[in-house]
Amino acid sequence: MTSMLGWASQMGAVMLRSSEAMLRRFSRAERWTHRLIALDVTLLIVTAAFLYIPDISALVGNRYFFKISHVILGFALPIPIIIAFFFLAFRLDVRRLNRFTKVDRQWLRPGNRQRRELEVGKFNAGQKLNSAFQFGAIIVMLVTGAMLWFNGLFSVDIRTGATFVHDWLALIVTVVVVGHVYMAMRDPYARQGLRTGFVPREWAEREHRGWARAMSGEESSGARVD
Amino acid sequence: MTTEDVDLTPAEGKPIGRRIVFGMVGVGAVGVVLGKQLTSMTSSAVGAVAPQLQSVIPATGGFRIYTVTNGYPEMSIADYRLKITSGPKVSTLTFADLAAMPQTSMTKDFQCVTGWRVEDVPWAGVLLSDIITEFGLDEHGTALAFTSFDGVYTESLTMEQGMRPDILVASSMYGAPISREHGGPVRLLVAPMYAYKSIKWLDGIEATPDVEPGYWELRGYDIDAWVGKSNGRSDAPVV
Repeated sequence: MTSMLGWASQMGAVMLRSSEAMLRRFSRAERWTHRLIALDVTLLIVTAAFLYIPDISALVGNRYFFKISHVILGFALPIPIIIAFFFLAFRLDVRRLNRFTKVDRQWLRPGNRQRRELEVGKFNAGQKLNSAFQFGAIIVMLVTGAMLWFNGLFSVDIRTGATFVHDWLALIVTVVVVGHVYMAMRDPYARQGLRTGFVPREWAEREHRGWARAMSGEESSGARVD
Repeated sequence: MTTEDVDLTPAEGKPIGRRIVFGMVGVGAVGVVLGKQLTSMTSSAVGAVAPQLQSVIPATGGFRIYTVTNGYPEMSIADYRLKITSGPKVSTLTFADLAAMPQTSMTKDFQCVTGWRVEDVPWAGVLLSDIITEFGLDEHGTALAFTSFDGVYTESLTMEQGMRPDILVASSMYGAPISREHGGPVRLLVAPMYAYKSIKWLDGIEATPDVEPGYWELRGYDIDAWVGKSNGRSDAPVV
């Protein structure tokens, strides 16, 4: 019995260390980009709530401080993204997220019970939609936010419109972010990927089969890996 | 140690992600252009169906409650005192003293310098000009300084502005006592100026030799805050 346990734990250690057990999913630059954006967006949502939900405003006060903080956090948001574009791994993943294949259309089909059998690439269609939405949202929030900050440059009607877009999109973004975090809470290996950069091969073969295969070179050199 | 990910195979498929991004920028631009009409639509729709949600759902026309301290100060009507400093003479008025003075009602739009406007708000209280005359404030200075019992906020008016007939020491809003978050029991209403002039939780009025800039005016906002003619804004004046 003792020797059996010893053998099992030895094998486990070998498995973990082995190149077969783990797949590299995110580079250091990508992980830090994700962390900085996550931190910044969280603080933007919190300061927005402090400023615009009356009951919370009442509790925290300090409007001037939170207003300046919100503006600085907002203008800081594109910085990690711009820096990330200098890294190849990030650019490659942006391209993967941008491209939708036949598999993605099948994945998105409502009530598709065969999702598990699809050759899903490094990112599934839900992740692709989320990243495209958030990228677009950052641009729109940044532009409308800047219009509200430099408000002397615009007519009242345009500023009212910018407020309208900024407020409603903020609400939608918050809902999508909560959904994103909820999905991550349910998948410890997806979180491991963003924490350590590596994911278990087994998980990749289950969730991102096309990518897992391409990574292990099981398919021919023309393998689809997007 | 592990499989490295430097994958140079061209990604296949259609660039849908990019189209989504461009689409959102387009929708955002349309939203900015049409936002004014959309704001009044959502405002009246939410106002008709669920007015209590107006402060939670964005751009639906409700008041936004601002405070510069850590919360709203609390004061009962019974404990309320208004200190009026007119040269060497200091008078203290209770809520009942104010209620015993001639009451004036007015219905005015409430315009914030951050852009929102609440139309046709009914107010009632004592005209500031009545207080100026009654306590001889105009004999002891050319301007007025206002303080709040939140301990931080301050405001100012010239004596000439203070004599206008659309400035109230207000004790009623929408036919009811002014609620705590709206600055009750007593606040100032400077109808023709942006709302930061309408100091909430009014604590004291003092005659001063010169205008002493208030809380926001020390932070870059205009002292003479006429709606539509200050702070780089061109809102419709409040009449």
